[in-house]
Amino acid sequence: MNAISHLWLIPLLPFAGFLINGLLGRRLPKPVVTTVALLAPLASFAIVAVAALNFFWHIGPFASVLPFTETCPIAWISIGTLHIDFSLVLDQLSLVMLLVVTGVGLLIHRYSVGYMAHEESYARYFSYLNLFLFFMTTLVLAGNALVMFIGWEGVGLASYLLIGFWFQKPAAAEAGKKAFIVNRIGDVGFLIGMFLLLANFGTLTFSEIATKLGQDPGWTGGVVTVIALCLLLGATGKSAQLPLYIWLPDAMEGPTPVSALIHAATMVTAGVYMIARNHVLFDHSPFALSVVAIVGAATALFAATIGLVQNDIKRVLAYSTISQLGYMFLGCGVAAYSAAIFHLMTHAFFKALLFLAAGSVIHGLGGEQDLRKMGGLRKKLPVTFWTMTVAVFAIAGFPPLAAFFSKDAILFAAFQQGTAGKVLWFVGVLTALLTAFYMFRLWYLTFLGESRSPDVHAHESPWSMLGPLVILALLSIGGGWIGIERFAAFLAPATGPRAVEAGSANLEYILSGVAVAVALIGWYIAHVLYKQKTERPAQLAAAMPGPYKLLVNKYYVDEFYGAMIVKPLMLTSTYVLGWVVDKAILGGSAWLLGGVATFAGALLQRWQSGNIRSYAAWLAAGAAAVLLFVLVPWATVFGTFGIHLTLAGH
Amino acid sequence: MSALFSQEVPLVLYLLLSAALFALGILGFLIKRNLITVFMSIELMLNAVNLSFVTFAHQWHQVRGQIFVFFVMMVAAAEAAVGLAIIIAVFRARATLAVDRIDLMKL
Repeated sequence: MNAISHLWLIPLLPFAGFLINGLLGRRLPKPVVTTVALLAPLASFAIVAVAALNFFWHIGPFASVLPFTETCPIAWISIGTLHIDFSLVLDQLSLVMLLVVTGVGLLIHRYSVGYMAHEESYARYFSYLNLFLFFMTTLVLAGNALVMFIGWEGVGLASYLLIGFWFQKPAAAEAGKKAFIVNRIGDVGFLIGMFLLLANFGTLTFSEIATKLGQDPGWTGGVVTVIALCLLLGATGKSAQLPLYIWLPDAMEGPTPVSALIHAATMVTAGVYMIARNHVLFDHSPFALSVVAIVGAATALFAATIGLVQNDIKRVLAYSTISQLGYMFLGCGVAAYSAAIFHLMTHAFFKALLFLAAGSVIHGLGGEQDLRKMGGLRKKLPVTFWTMTVAVFAIAGFPPLAAFFSKDAILFAAFQQGTAGKVLWFVGVLTALLTAFYMFRLWYLTFLGESRSPDVHAHESPWSMLGPLVILALLSIGGGWIGIERFAAFLAPATGPRAVEAGSANLEYILSGVAVAVALIGWYIAHVLYKQKTERPAQLAAAMPGPYKLLVNKYYVDEFYGAMIVKPLMLTSTYVLGWVVDKAILGGSAWLLGGVATFAGALLQRWQSGNIRSYAAWLAAGAAAVLLFVLVPWATVFGTFGIHLTLAGH
Repeated sequence: MSALFSQEVPLVLYLLLSAALFALGILGFLIKRNLITVFMSIELMLNAVNLSFVTFAHQWHQVRGQIFVFFVMMVAAAEAAVGLAIIIAVFRARATLAVDRIDLMKL
């Protein structure tokens, strides 16, 4: 007997919230909408929490045994030998992920009540948010790749709807489309990966794939590498890694709580989760693993350099998210899945906090997002300032805050992977330096110094928004104290044991020391540039116009993609597909058919004269013709003239 | 009488008469402009066909052709009733019976 025998409630309760608010929200009074919207994630979180309590401390009537699988009794797809069930799985990995998704989701729902209070489409916003939770929990709980794909596509849809929430704003509508289309490219990879899984293993169920891979040691490289790389392509799309990261910065057009929930804490980590879920596949392909690590490290550094010079507070955070996701990929790539998930969890806390605090700043300034127009907000927004400070110190990697433990776990795992691992570690440390610098830059520009737009009267946000900030700040402080050893031991049944070389404890301390020193250097540089000598950044930019322009324009990647992919596609669509295929071939044949019909009609309409006697004459003529055809022995007639017709029967 | 009927007049003469009557009916239908005359032409055609029926029935010693004539006569009577009613209605509505003027169904 198992206490958690109703996993399906976890996704379906938010879905019920979506239906109620989506269909009736406009007619319901606002308190009812709020109640429904908050009850849905609260109930899901409660179920997950009960399951977790059962598992950790055996509180409750039944002892939980993980992994626990729940399958819909009605078969979903059953064709020949192919059987796919609608199955949900709760194991250590999905339990951690569910706690993060529903917990942070609940906090952000609560925060949104304050942030979106004056929004006209209040119910629409919350119905989308509930819809997102429905799909995200489906994705996390999925027992096979197809169910995961439903959640995967669904969160993409929810992301699209929420990025384009203010669809009256052209930039927001464009950003939504961009996110959706770029994600489709990744989804092609996921789809092909699924097809290959079906073709080679005959199943999409994660546990069965793992069993089959374990039974036959011959599964290395080759097709496994191809499958893993296809899945990686899907993951780079969803998790905004190189080369498909371009949609995430633009996604900041959505409301800030959405950026916090979907584009920082939960949805964008789905790629990391997917790799961890399929880690057996990746373990069997060292090549694919190294690609994951390289993509992760490259993205981490690449995004961090762009983050150095951004002036929009949300965009700095967006690039920081991409960079941190790169860390997680790096962790996956060195087979330290537990470390990656650990960082995923702490990142969810401090990045959600950063975004929500940024949202509080934006809210307090009446919509201002430009760092250059902020400054001196420490006194005016004290709670926001202190919670944001916690988050900044956390992301920079100072002990004893959460990210210190998780980031070090990843860097330590990378360092142990031979010479290539040292390079990856160095890239990671360099990224940590840049991260510390741009986060403290944001911190100084926002809260310290003098206000750069004195006529704006900032006001602190209501407690409905500050409450979640405080809770997240506490989590950002304490979230890492569990330690990677215990966390990895807990996750081991789902993600495999953590590989640690013997006698490496001292090395771990040294590496931690290096990381902290690097974070201090980053802080110091930011302090000098943005606190002491505030004229220096402009001078530096003027001294190095080339690199500065390159960074401000984000390495011209958007322009490059525009010229290389979007423009040829548009030209092909306009000229080849639009003019030649559509207008000339398809349109031409349609016009031809129509023309023939019109012409024939113009001729034949003369018959329809309205003159009864002409009708009668045609009738008589027709009857006469039939009589002639039937009665006259044509074969004989023509035969006498030596003409041979092949009539039926002759 | 019976000798005249059964022996002397050959089948083909009856059929020729029937065809001639039918052709006259068609001709009348096509060239006459008065609706009543057109209507009478139809009756003529029907009776021409009746004549063929009777002829063949006699020739093959079968009663079915005779019975069919009764059917045709009954239908013709019904048709006459309905047709005349229509003609009266048309005349009331349009004050004319010229066929060429009754062309409301034209394109």
